[in-house]
Amino acid sequence: MNPQAIPTTSRVNPMTTTPIKPGGRPAKALAYTPLNLGRWLLWSAYALVLLAAPLVFSKGSGLTMLSQMGTVMLFGLSYNMLLGQGGMLSFGHAVYAGLGAFFAAHAMNQASIPVTLIPLVGGVAGMGFGVLFGYVTTRKAGTTFAMITLGLVELVFASALMFPGFFGGEGGITTNRVYGGQVFGISYGPQLQVYYLIAAWLFVCSAAAYAYTHTPLGRIINAVRDNPERVEFIGYDTRWVRYLVLVLSSFFAGVSGGLSAINFEIVSAENVSAARSGAILLFTFIGGIGFFFGPLLGGVVGILFSVLLPDYTAAWQLYLGLFFVVLVRFAPGGLGSLLMLLLRTAKFGQFGSIAAPLARLSLAVLVGVAGLVLAIEMTYHLTQDAVNGPEKSLFGVLVDTHAAGPWLLAGALLGAGMVGWRLARPGFAQAWDAAGAVIADMIRRNA
Amino acid sequence: MEFTLFTLLNGISYGLLLFMLSSGLTLIFSMMGVLNFAHASFYMLGAYIAYTIASRIGFWPALVLAPLAVGMLGALVERYGLRPLHKYGHIPELLFTFGLSYLAVELVQLVWGRTALRYPLPAALDGPLFTLFSTSFPKYRAFMMAVALAMLGGTWLLLTRTRIGLVIQAALTHPEAAEALGHNVPRIFMWVFGGGSALAGLAGVIGGQVFVTEPAMAATVGSIIFVVVVVGGMGSLAGAFIASLLIGVMQTAAVALDHTLGGLLAVLGMPPGQGPGLSHPLLTITIAQTAAILPYVLLVLMLIFRPRGLLGTRE
Repeated sequence: MNPQAIPTTSRVNPMTTTPIKPGGRPAKALAYTPLNLGRWLLWSAYALVLLAAPLVFSKGSGLTMLSQMGTVMLFGLSYNMLLGQGGMLSFGHAVYAGLGAFFAAHAMNQASIPVTLIPLVGGVAGMGFGVLFGYVTTRKAGTTFAMITLGLVELVFASALMFPGFFGGEGGITTNRVYGGQVFGISYGPQLQVYYLIAAWLFVCSAAAYAYTHTPLGRIINAVRDNPERVEFIGYDTRWVRYLVLVLSSFFAGVSGGLSAINFEIVSAENVSAARSGAILLFTFIGGIGFFFGPLLGGVVGILFSVLLPDYTAAWQLYLGLFFVVLVRFAPGGLGSLLMLLLRTAKFGQFGSIAAPLARLSLAVLVGVAGLVLAIEMTYHLTQDAVNGPEKSLFGVLVDTHAAGPWLLAGALLGAGMVGWRLARPGFAQAWDAAGAVIADMIRRNA
Repeated sequence: MEFTLFTLLNGISYGLLLFMLSSGLTLIFSMMGVLNFAHASFYMLGAYIAYTIASRIGFWPALVLAPLAVGMLGALVERYGLRPLHKYGHIPELLFTFGLSYLAVELVQLVWGRTALRYPLPAALDGPLFTLFSTSFPKYRAFMMAVALAMLGGTWLLLTRTRIGLVIQAALTHPEAAEALGHNVPRIFMWVFGGGSALAGLAGVIGGQVFVTEPAMAATVGSIIFVVVVVGGMGSLAGAFIASLLIGVMQTAAVALDHTLGGLLAVLGMPPGQGPGLSHPLLTITIAQTAAILPYVLLVLMLIFRPRGLLGTRE
């Protein structure tokens, strides 16, 4: 992946808006268009997907998974306000979502606020703790910020176990979402109604979070991420900017916590743990921190990894970790950047020239991954599940983990994948660079 | 007297173990400017590899071989994982090590299983070293302190008294100048990373027996050594030493104390249960219960009142 793969969110450089080209003709000035058709289409499509998803995935646990995706997507959006837009790597964002969830659960047990507005309780609680904790954590940026947030999450987690009265100790506190009776036929008993509540909150919060990126605060935090020193010179207090953004972000985190309290009807100390914070970091990064929609993508992929995959394999965390490390190493822009790069080549009609090399590369990766999965599954079976005999069913085939054959096959697949990668990569890199050059040329001519 | 002495001894030995970990972390931090999240994972790997070697050929070879293996692994991680990421800045590097720490836990579970391992002590180190009043001090704890001190001295001598150490110091502070003088700075970084990992591995070999060898051991000690590094001052070895001992003694002492705030009030003449609010949960928590959060409280207080840490030079 070339260095351009690192995306940057909506960086506007005023110097490039009105350059005079060598020909002497002034370049087109950026005009303000009141109706951004593409944006309206995109957001309508987003709303439609949210509306239609439960109709498509209605079977079995599909609905629960969709509800979980919704809360995680919102949590990821709030997290990316820090990491992607503000360059603040937090290891403790679950503190705000988790404490929001606790307050939401207690509010539900009080049964005085309608369930529809419970996420607001979570949001306000999360924001309150954002005001409190953020004051300490945002004093620093960069690595120190990351360390303080890690310390904070450990502090809150340990304290949660110390006060069982509020946090319910190891077992957590349970609650019940059907206390409001039927309002317009909605009792929040059926999972479908909960899903639509989550989807509605997700949509409203996404719109708000997107609108925020266009406010002066949303812009200046990008500047604070890229060059805090210059921001100080033009008269902003970078610490104050980080603080405000963290407070806003903790509101959205709290809303997602409130939604998860409604969804699961139980909140435990695990909700404020470092593990939970690490998970959201993983998901958001997988989706792509450079794009507004990255966390949404990351939420979907993350839930598929952490909810669907465990049904099939005990090694799901290993796969998630491997996927993350490979992404960080080879595509630091996440899935979002890969998607956008492919869309860009397609938009300029260059997809045809990279399709064949890309297919060859993907085939090599697929073969290698198949070998790796085979090896991992057999190792897992040997170390964890050996009491059930040496045989294990993999992809519908009974595999004998004590025989040499499957191991040789796994090794051969892995080796073939690696050799294929070595062989296919130069061709792909060449095609990719050529397509990139063509696109750059097209842009130059059309500008 | 007895209590104070043994708490101090145990605290210091725990603190020295923390320092074995945080010294490598500090070295790597001053080199790359990035905290290595996977550092505690190297500690865990050291313990597990030592377990495997010790159960095959014995403890003493494991004491040498396991750190070497972990060090090689660290060097490989730097060369093929971190170095290509350097051009993208600190966050991808930090995230890469974070991903590695996640993977290490899973790999350890894959290879060695999920349960804690029982780890036999070599006969020469089994049993009490001395008994004072009614408490005895185990030989192994003393051995742990000796190894930590030897390592501390060795590292210090290597860094300040040898040519290699001088080149490393130069590469840390003035990489361009060192490069201009013909030293291969990226390779030095690779070996410093490997060396730091080897120190963590050595700590793992020794700590794996005193504390449990289990997949959660990296997470248990991981956040504490970050606290040590921040409290001591980022990049300061001496600061890390003081902070390690401080936190080691503080946590060990706190675990043993059974007093509550309510008890203190009772001593001051206000027995609990009288007057409103005196049965509040805050008053019934013992100091031992707060032991887990003490390092983090120290971290937060330090960041509020002295953000650059005890001996740090940069904010």
